[in-house]
Amino acid sequence: MTAPSTRRLPEPRVAPSVAATTNSHLQITDVTKNFGSQAVLKGVNLSVAKGGTTAIVGPSGSGKTTLLRLIAGFEHPDTGSISLNGTLVAGEGAWLPAHKRQIGYVAQDGALFPHLTVGQNVAFGLNPAKLEGGRRAVAARVAELLEMVSLDASMAKRRPHQLSGGQQQRVALARALAREPELMLLDEPFSALDAGLRVATRRAVAKVLAEAGVTTILVTHDQAEALSFADQVAVMRGGKLAQIGNPFVVYTRPADRATAEFLGDAVILDAWLEGSLATCSLGGIPVRRPPAQGRVQLMLRPEQIRIAEDGPIRGVVVDTDYFGPETTVRLKLNVPQEVAEHADHRYPGGGEVITIRHWNASIARPGMELCLRVVGEAVAFPVED
Amino acid sequence: MTTDLSAPARRSTTTAGRGNSPRPPFGVSAVSVLAVLIALFSLVPLGYVAYMTVATGWDTAVALIMRPRVGELLVNTLLLMAATIPLCLLLGVAGAWLVERTNLRGRRVWAVLLAAPLAVPAFVNSYAWVSAVPSLGGLGSGILISTLSYFPLVYIPAAATLSRLDPAIEQSAAALGLGAWRAFFRVVLPQLRIALTGGALLVGLHLLAEYGAFAMIRFDTFTTAIMTQYRSTFNGAAGNMLASVLVFFCLLLLVAEVRSRGTARYARIGSGVQAKALRLPLHAYQVPAQVFLLALTALAFGLPLYYVLKWIVAGGADIWTASEFLPALLATFWYGLVGAAATVVVAFPMAYLAVRKPGWFSKSLELSNYVTSSMPGIVVALAFVTVSIRVMPGIYQTAGVLVAAYVLLFLPRALVNLRAGLAQAPKELDEAAQALGKPPLTAFIRVTLRLTAPAAAGGAALVFLAIANELTATLLLSPNGTKTLATEFWSKSSEIDYAGAAPYALLMILLSAPMTYLLFQQSKKVAGQ
Repeated sequence: MTAPSTRRLPEPRVAPSVAATTNSHLQITDVTKNFGSQAVLKGVNLSVAKGGTTAIVGPSGSGKTTLLRLIAGFEHPDTGSISLNGTLVAGEGAWLPAHKRQIGYVAQDGALFPHLTVGQNVAFGLNPAKLEGGRRAVAARVAELLEMVSLDASMAKRRPHQLSGGQQQRVALARALAREPELMLLDEPFSALDAGLRVATRRAVAKVLAEAGVTTILVTHDQAEALSFADQVAVMRGGKLAQIGNPFVVYTRPADRATAEFLGDAVILDAWLEGSLATCSLGGIPVRRPPAQGRVQLMLRPEQIRIAEDGPIRGVVVDTDYFGPETTVRLKLNVPQEVAEHADHRYPGGGEVITIRHWNASIARPGMELCLRVVGEAVAFPVED
Repeated sequence: MTTDLSAPARRSTTTAGRGNSPRPPFGVSAVSVLAVLIALFSLVPLGYVAYMTVATGWDTAVALIMRPRVGELLVNTLLLMAATIPLCLLLGVAGAWLVERTNLRGRRVWAVLLAAPLAVPAFVNSYAWVSAVPSLGGLGSGILISTLSYFPLVYIPAAATLSRLDPAIEQSAAALGLGAWRAFFRVVLPQLRIALTGGALLVGLHLLAEYGAFAMIRFDTFTTAIMTQYRSTFNGAAGNMLASVLVFFCLLLLVAEVRSRGTARYARIGSGVQAKALRLPLHAYQVPAQVFLLALTALAFGLPLYYVLKWIVAGGADIWTASEFLPALLATFWYGLVGAAATVVVAFPMAYLAVRKPGWFSKSLELSNYVTSSMPGIVVALAFVTVSIRVMPGIYQTAGVLVAAYVLLFLPRALVNLRAGLAQAPKELDEAAQALGKPPLTAFIRVTLRLTAPAAAGGAALVFLAIANELTATLLLSPNGTKTLATEFWSKSSEIDYAGAAPYALLMILLSAPMTYLLFQQSKKVAGQ
């Protein structure tokens, strides 16, 4: 059994992109976009620092791909403006077409040209006339780029369809890097890959981009991918950015309940908040920056609720799901002593069923009573009604 | 990514749309304008018929249409269609079922042989049958020859659909207690509905449009009557009214096809890989099936080929007169090449809009194309004769008008191929090229055009070979003195110089063989979409 850790969770790093907007590489201001009568983007503001990595994450249909296509220059914004390196590229009468924006773009399926070899694909954006040494220099650059994405130079002679999905994505990245773009746009580039390959490819891509120092924007619907890839996460919902911040902050302190539930499993409990202490079925839990007083909804991540022999809270196991490395346990909470005694507390909870995780399947069987302890702070949301 | 066509509405609300530097994404408006012009041009034949009907005046029109002669033609045409279409459906489905769903011996050879009669132009088939049985004539012969010429138009789509049909559907029917025969009628046949109505429409349109095959056996239909009228009175009201009735029947067929198509879904539902079809063992029926197919292909393909070769042998070296033969071959090649290139160029904007900008706009363009594709060659030719004489006398009987008629007649063939080709070149590739620093036009040429090239070549080949066999419009529109393989064949066989006509017939069959094979292969791919 794990020894419960009572230490506080570490303080979040503050991403440079959150701290300063003056040194931004990409600045998006009040951008809207409609397709016919459907509003896809409803006023988006986003700032991305030079060299930073930003993930735009949201459910499908939230407008994140449209935002990326506006940045790339494949679509015009209806209103608002986009500037790159302080130069207006769209909006307010300005328009710089995609091919003049110095942007790298990697599409979902790689979008490799099927009629060209891998080498010709990578060399597509290179201009032999401008490169010193002409065609030989192009071949050398192609080999260098392929090596950069950990592909063998002999791959250059193959056709895209002869490569695996992960290899295709790396070729697409090499092709986009060939022109040394200042900004790299990745449109769900890993979603077509199977689970194991996805993680490996994501790491390889992140490493290459970090070494090249390219400002990167990743669009994804996979929250785990967004949290692990980026140093700034922008959560998109219904055509707006619901929250922007570093991964740790948006995960542990989401701005609202929908964001909380989108970014990961969440335990939501009714609670009564006084000062910075919330009382609920899990007892008294500290809340950082209380948004309201009185009745609130309290959000905890399942990993904050640990099974501990000396834990003050008790719950009865309802059922479990075994996943191998960990087990999901559904527990019905008992009403805590101090809450039951102080009937004047106007907290509405008691007897809720919550879901937590544990590595040891043998300690949780339906009907067993377990002791729990809460680690860290909770986030409170005002009650929506 | 959703696309929309309300470009003007969109730009009126955007600040980025003002000024001269911001431009709409490449070519949307230019392509749309082009496509509209092409659609308008393609409606010339229909517009001509409508205009002529109105210009003739109600009383004259009624008088010209309500004649015993028209009634006679009507009876001929209706009886021809009423007999030929069901016969074609029967032969086509039977052949397709034997090849695709039974353990027929040599089914791979039969699969190709059953499509082979398409390589013999109907008027060559007629010529062969008249050679075999000189007394042929009338409705019965018309039904015989057209059934043998056109049943592959049903066989090809039916075979394609059967080969793609999920056998799990039949297995489900079996699990629900249906025997093989009842499963065929209650489950398989309904799945063939689109293929069968489409095939029946094609057969019907061919029956209405065919001139040579019926003229050869002195069987009168609207098309042969219009030609006769045209020869005697050039451009009389009587001929125009016959054309109106003919077009009315073509449109009627279109509507009937759309109606009977229904709204049910026939594509495969669900994911996963389709299992291989189970084949029904024929057992004792193996021999009758072989005899049936042998007889069918012998009559439809063997007989024409045999008589063409017989005439060639009989004619000896005399019939290969280079001074007549070479100019016809050269003219055919020349018109084929120019017509094919022009058709593909004209089809491109249409295909581009249909694939990249689907919506009501491209739908209505397709509808106009669909209507045009049903126009018989004789009507297109008459329309072009009249319009060129009245509007631009200078272009009458020039090569340009003939090529324009070819473009209209064979646009659908190129469109099918181009659409499939463009679907292989998604716009994401264009955008990838733009993101790599290529201006939109360069990106379009180096990616989209390059990727569409094979499909365009395939479409051009089909159009080329169709032009090589085209008779009706070529007879009316070709410049004085111009002879093609088809017209030369026609003039020789009209003079009963059957031996002299044989080399032209052989060349047309040889040219059509690859086209037939292309169509056959293409149908297998298209059926899956």
